[in-house]
Amino acid sequence: MSDLIDAFQVAGKAFFGFQAIFFALLAIGINVHFGYTGLLNFGQIAFAMLGGFGIAISVSQWGLPFWVGVLIAIGSAIVLALLLGLPTLRLRADYLAIVTIAVAEGLRLLFRSVSATPVTGGTRGLSAFNGSFIALAPWDTQKRYNILGTSWSGGELWVALIGWLIVTLFTLLVWQLMRSPWGRVVKAIREDEDAVRALGKNVYNYKMQALVLGGLIGAFGGMVYAVGTGSAIPDQYQNANTFLAYGALILGGAARVLGPVIGSMILLFILQFADTGLRALISNGAIPDTLFSSTDVAQIRFVLVGIGLMLLLVFRPQGIFGDRREVMLDAR
Amino acid sequence: MLTLLVAAFGMAFALLVPGIAAAVGESVTGTLQTSKSGPIQGVEVKVATADGNEIQSVDTDENGRFSIPVPGPGQYVVTLAEGDLPAGVDLGTNGDSVTVTVGPGRAQPVLFGLVDGTSNAGGGSIEAVQLLVDGIRFGLLIAVCAVGLSLIFGTTGLTNFAHGELVTIGAVIAWYINVRGGVPLVPATIIAMIAGAGVGILNERGLWRPLRRRGTGLVAALVVSIGLSLVLRYLIQIVYGGFSNPYADYQSQRAVDYGVFTMTNRSLASIAVSVVVLVLVALMLQRTKIGKAMRAVSDNRDLAASSGIDVDRVILVVWMMGGALATLGGVLLGLSDQVQWDMGFRLLLLMFAGVTLGGLGTAYGALVGSLIVGVFVQMSTLIIPSDVKYVGGLLLLIVILVVRPQGILGSRARIG
Repeated sequence: MSDLIDAFQVAGKAFFGFQAIFFALLAIGINVHFGYTGLLNFGQIAFAMLGGFGIAISVSQWGLPFWVGVLIAIGSAIVLALLLGLPTLRLRADYLAIVTIAVAEGLRLLFRSVSATPVTGGTRGLSAFNGSFIALAPWDTQKRYNILGTSWSGGELWVALIGWLIVTLFTLLVWQLMRSPWGRVVKAIREDEDAVRALGKNVYNYKMQALVLGGLIGAFGGMVYAVGTGSAIPDQYQNANTFLAYGALILGGAARVLGPVIGSMILLFILQFADTGLRALISNGAIPDTLFSSTDVAQIRFVLVGIGLMLLLVFRPQGIFGDRREVMLDAR
Repeated sequence: MLTLLVAAFGMAFALLVPGIAAAVGESVTGTLQTSKSGPIQGVEVKVATADGNEIQSVDTDENGRFSIPVPGPGQYVVTLAEGDLPAGVDLGTNGDSVTVTVGPGRAQPVLFGLVDGTSNAGGGSIEAVQLLVDGIRFGLLIAVCAVGLSLIFGTTGLTNFAHGELVTIGAVIAWYINVRGGVPLVPATIIAMIAGAGVGILNERGLWRPLRRRGTGLVAALVVSIGLSLVLRYLIQIVYGGFSNPYADYQSQRAVDYGVFTMTNRSLASIAVSVVVLVLVALMLQRTKIGKAMRAVSDNRDLAASSGIDVDRVILVVWMMGGALATLGGVLLGLSDQVQWDMGFRLLLLMFAGVTLGGLGTAYGALVGSLIVGVFVQMSTLIIPSDVKYVGGLLLLIVILVVRPQGILGSRARIG
């Protein structure tokens, strides 16, 4: 029983930790792409990787100040969005899907390769770049604090606080944007591109703007993650994370302002709860070792996400809060 | 073709919270060996934390194994001393150090991917010709896998991201029959292809046909296929494990010298099998009734249905064929690069590149495109390091989309 409470507390921390922020930001970005504009971006993790490595490379390799690193991260995410959008946004939806997933995987392979090691640290990645940010915390970052039975270090709390602030800001931004004329055009593109074109709007430009904005939000997710873990390692940015974020978005409800945020909190809670709970059950012997061992637990989470994603799309594509009519499901 | 024989393998996927309540007995373990050298003894292996604090260093034992306890869950950097490696054994694409995430209570396997250059033996080859021939083999292999992907897209409109898993499932089934069951590889492959066709039927009958009946849109179906891909990929990892294993047969072949290039007999067989199969597929599409029906459904589904073609049956046959061909491709890939849980997913991106280059939805386009992508990927190692050669293939994909989005054989109409 105490195991279960343990699992609940660990999961409770996941609910608010920088992991949830990371996926929330990825999912808000995907919401701008997929939920509002109808763009199938399956390479969101590439934006996050550029975000994280933008800071990491600038600070620990080039010795630049932290805030310059943030600017470089933002800049590189924008450049990536333009490069991705240029060839694909005039084509059918699934071309963007293929290209984005390919670029995300290609960038990760490139960053972890031996030849890139002098810049990115290769498979070892980079670390020790978040010191000046953590030092800004108004409290003692070395001490541990207990909040509602969960234990946080001062640094974790600081990252979580700033992270949620960023999430709030972007949520408000998306909310305001989607009420604006720009948002109405973008949503109209999702519904019927040709009709929008007939009204004299430059569909291509609007799509590109949405791609840049969503990618930028994803890059901020990567920055929070890199600063939170204190290291940037290419293999942390696996493609599967994009699909976790899609899972979070669709669970919460696509094309809803709070959908991605609540979706990621719930998703991470479920995953962490299942993770810790399964490990406890295995170490108790409640699940026999022959069925699966504790080393398999990390894989189970992706199996669960996959099943969840399929069931949601088949039976409840609007998620918890969404509106079925607003979810883009019929591509041309 | 790289030969890498390998230490233990583990995915550092548990990238979540470093500080979960600590359990006992975390460690990192692994085995250093290659096919030629056998287990490598006496190599110094060092473990440090992610911030660079060294924890412990040990030498590998007579079985090439090492096991180093670490203080708790979290990220660690495992480094081996390159100078201790015997002559002829080199570091692979992973370099001399690997970063792993150790979960609570886990003994985390570490993969170094050492290379012993076995299949590059033999002299007298010109590198460009060698790479060209190897690229043709690789391209034909991609084509065998991708024909199914392209036909499924053509007949149903589904962009199937789970097609890579058909490749992996086929290769893994063949591995179990071959290595565990002791059946020679050729009959094992045929049994696996039948099983692969069965997996294709299961896909169509169990998932995609019901979804089409429900009127699920193409984008929703695409995301469902991604979910399916995740489920299958990680189930394979749970059942089969994170290791990469060779098949039992045809492993210890030496390369035969053909003057300007060298090639093992298994690579030659791989090319021959691919060519025969692809020609058969082409003949089937061109000459047989069901092949014509497939092309008709790809071309215009409604028109095909109204001229009396049983569209559902055609699609079922396409899935069977796709499953069987993907299995064959998986076995061929496993023969050259070993069987791994994510081999199909990594190949999937190159399949997409090939199919897009040739023209989405056209069977012959998939063939031409895959061949070009295979050759391009292998030839690109003349200029770029071989551990980023897949990146070259993906770049090619983007360039094609800028220059000629409908692909070589595609029609302008379907790209939107």
